[in-house]
Amino acid sequence: MCRDCGCSLGPTATRAPLAAHHPAPAGRPAGHVESIEVITAILDENDRVAAHNRQHFDEHRLLALNLMSSPGSGKTSLLESTIKALAGELRIAVIEGDLATENDADRIRSCGVPAVQITTGNACHLDAQMVHDALHDLPLAGLDILFVENVGNLVCPASFDLGVHRNITLLSVPEGDDKPAKYPVMFRGADLALITKTDLLAYIEEFKPERARASLRQVGYAGQVIELTKRGGEGFLAWLAWLRAESAAQRQRATNGG
Amino acid sequence: MHELAICQALIEQVERVARDHDAQRVLSVVISVGPLSGVEPKLLEHAYPLAAAGTVAEFASLVVETEPVRVRCRTCQAETDALPNRLVCAQCGDWQVDVTSGEQMLLKRVEIETAEAPVH
Repeated sequence: MCRDCGCSLGPTATRAPLAAHHPAPAGRPAGHVESIEVITAILDENDRVAAHNRQHFDEHRLLALNLMSSPGSGKTSLLESTIKALAGELRIAVIEGDLATENDADRIRSCGVPAVQITTGNACHLDAQMVHDALHDLPLAGLDILFVENVGNLVCPASFDLGVHRNITLLSVPEGDDKPAKYPVMFRGADLALITKTDLLAYIEEFKPERARASLRQVGYAGQVIELTKRGGEGFLAWLAWLRAESAAQRQRATNGG
Repeated sequence: MHELAICQALIEQVERVARDHDAQRVLSVVISVGPLSGVEPKLLEHAYPLAAAGTVAEFASLVVETEPVRVRCRTCQAETDALPNRLVCAQCGDWQVDVTSGEQMLLKRVEIETAEAPVH
């Protein structure tokens, strides 16, 4: 039982008990054979917990955002600059996902906002249950934006709904402008695409922002693309404007009851 | 390699179906996987025995059906095949398309063995 919200989800994912009957080895079926039509999403349970997370976020009128990218594309750095830029204006908290270490949560905490570190061990992605567990260690009341920084990985996180309102995918200049074509599932699922570390464009001639945009379009991404560096400038301001607008829209939605 | 997590979720569903129908064991599990679901069928097949070990589905075979990537063009309305990283209309080349097939990851069918024929 979830202590804080009274929901029926346990703090850790518990596997369903094994069926009472012991399976017999393969061979000719002795009993009656039946074929059961099911047609359900395999990640049904994850989706259910994700919907529950979303309910928590909406009750607190906060905007939840999932940041996804390769390792090292600048997610934590972007969060640090964003927290500083919005200090005193929007109240932010962060859930950090990594295989190991508290490093990222420590970096966020030193910016003066609450952070919870999820260490996944060898798991390559966050799922809705991990985020739900982390929510219990985070004061949600009074927050405006909750960032979930997913495990750095352009493959696995794309398959798991966390219950956030928007998915943001980062593509940093050193990675190359063809990453969307190589990892189509991740990029097409995004609500916002950020091209980060654009201060390196002067040194990495191979990266053409227009080619990255074309690659995004080809994988079915039709949303906004913001080119930015954490050091400020027009793109960074556009990012802050996007956050302000989304946060205001979420407050409005939550006030109107969805 | 998130396929193991997906297989564990699959096995939980299969166990539920088996319980609901008083199955003694599961003979086969049929799933459908689209290329845009982000899951690799081959890796699912490798992960499946690990997730199924010790469950009612331990000796069940896994059948993975793949669904094609199909898009419907918003401009010319044609429905055509597409590649996962080239979601454009094969007829007119427009990129403003809606995906009509290839995104899902579904449990479709479970074949079970029960002790005796059900009473109708």
